[in-house]
Amino acid sequence: MSEIFALIEHRQGAIRDVSYELMTCGRILAEKLNTKLTAILLGYNTQKFVESVKSQAHRILVIDNEVLKEFNAESYQITLSKIIKKENPSITLIGHTAFGMDLCPALATQLNIPFTTDCLNMEMVDRNLIVTRQMYDGKLNAKVKFRKNPSYILSLRAGCFPAEDCSLNAEIVNIESPITTEPDYRKFVEYIEAAVGDVDITKADIVIGVGRGIKEKENLTIVEEFADTIGGVVACSRPIVDAEWLPKDRQVGSSGKTIKPKLYIAMGISGAFQHIMGMKSSDTIIAINKDPNAPIFNEADYGIVDDLFKVLPVLKDKILEMKH
Amino acid sequence: MKKNGGLIVDIIVCIKRVPQTAEAEVKTDSSGKDIEKDRLTFDINESDTYGLEEAVLLKEKFGGIITVISLGYPDTEDTLRIALAKGADTAIRIKAEDFEELDGLKTAQLLRTVIKDIHFDVIFTGCIATDDAYSQVGVTLAELLNIPHATLVTKIEVNNNITHIHRELEGGLLEHLEISTPALFTIQTGINVPRYASLIAIRRAARKEIKLVGQNEINKNELLLNTQIDKLFVPPATKQVEILTGSPSEVSTKLASIIKEKGLI
Repeated sequence: MSEIFALIEHRQGAIRDVSYELMTCGRILAEKLNTKLTAILLGYNTQKFVESVKSQAHRILVIDNEVLKEFNAESYQITLSKIIKKENPSITLIGHTAFGMDLCPALATQLNIPFTTDCLNMEMVDRNLIVTRQMYDGKLNAKVKFRKNPSYILSLRAGCFPAEDCSLNAEIVNIESPITTEPDYRKFVEYIEAAVGDVDITKADIVIGVGRGIKEKENLTIVEEFADTIGGVVACSRPIVDAEWLPKDRQVGSSGKTIKPKLYIAMGISGAFQHIMGMKSSDTIIAINKDPNAPIFNEADYGIVDDLFKVLPVLKDKILEMKH
Repeated sequence: MKKNGGLIVDIIVCIKRVPQTAEAEVKTDSSGKDIEKDRLTFDINESDTYGLEEAVLLKEKFGGIITVISLGYPDTEDTLRIALAKGADTAIRIKAEDFEELDGLKTAQLLRTVIKDIHFDVIFTGCIATDDAYSQVGVTLAELLNIPHATLVTKIEVNNNITHIHRELEGGLLEHLEISTPALFTIQTGINVPRYASLIAIRRAARKEIKLVGQNEINKNELLLNTQIDKLFVPPATKQVEILTGSPSEVSTKLASIIKEKGLI
């Protein structure tokens, strides 16, 4: 078996957590397949990144050029396609992130390498690659098989492979960048930071999350009253922000905030993985949802399967009683 | 084909009809590779609705023609007609019944065979389909057409012939890009507030022709599958949840006690 590749992801001068998860996954695969892990690092002034990942891989291929300072799917694709063609890794691992989603399908298609996205796990069964991924709003998982090929590209869901410590001492290989200017058809302009709102949901001990199940914007009032009673703040899942019922800074999830309150109560939230990513580290998770199959119950400590609006008024009274 | 440009006039929107599974029970069928579909309702994929709306908003600004394309079974024509009622001008159904098993690559290849003969400035797809959740077709299609792309797009603005894009990154961060058209954008939910089709428009759309493309028009031998589903199964729970049962009053008492025991009230 030829090597496993893992693509380092960094943004605004910091390596993103998913990079360590990819390298952990890559080392496990490399060990099983009796090969080595090579980390691929594209960037500018990469010295400090090299230091951070040196212990995580057997080899690091470094392509350092100002044009690679910010992620640009087109620049990355040009650079990576050349490296993959030359080195022929058996598996290339990329994060299924905003970065990887923009890159993986185009890179693999250009190279005519079979790929799939958002993998939770992977295994070799009789020399055939099989990956596990989620479908149908997280209600079913799928085992997916590939057309036979010496090389594959997989994007991995962030947060699936807990990063493990490691003490390798990688061989550093510097490669000259095949490009020195950004393609004129796609140019990075700037990052735009999230607007800061009146409530910081990351600081609250108790967070009440609302989702599609609250049905009407008017119902937010009942939830806000409940939050006041219990001493918490109201947050939400993506559909509530999309509908413009709450501002973006109240959104919990991978494209919103990551919270770790003492208590998280999910109300009418089905539990898309993007939402789970933002709240799974809460100390105690309670889910109220009328769908007994909602994936949120797979993450919760306590669950109530019922109509939210039948439970909420009564629960508010009980909390009030117990407070006195 | 990658080149400088800017105007957005003619737009192609790729849409998919998907089972609505967010609040439904989902069971595997006897093959173990697909789901039982008879008791599920079907509708346009969520992010595709936003792609279509964005196209209609741009058409209202700059004029042009919107073509909607969907790879699907005959009932997909209902979804295409709703798109026509909302403001699309022409609709094409690629006959899924002619092409057996599909994946991201094969779907993109089929779309490409149809799109290569249509003039467009931009193509919109949803950023993810809620059924198979691959997020592959848009970017793969852009690569096959050799045009630039951007995923997870939350804003499109044309200034002095330059198309400015916002992409959604993690943690509320956005990325501002300039992209030359023709280009493909995968649209994130929340970019706009999708309209409903009026009854009059729906009635009018019912009489419009939907162009069909099938195996007579597309050479099946040129299509390639990257992946196949081996089996579907219920995901294991990561935590053992304790479900509280009883009347609203009973479950509320139990839950309030748990919260109190933990010292949270």
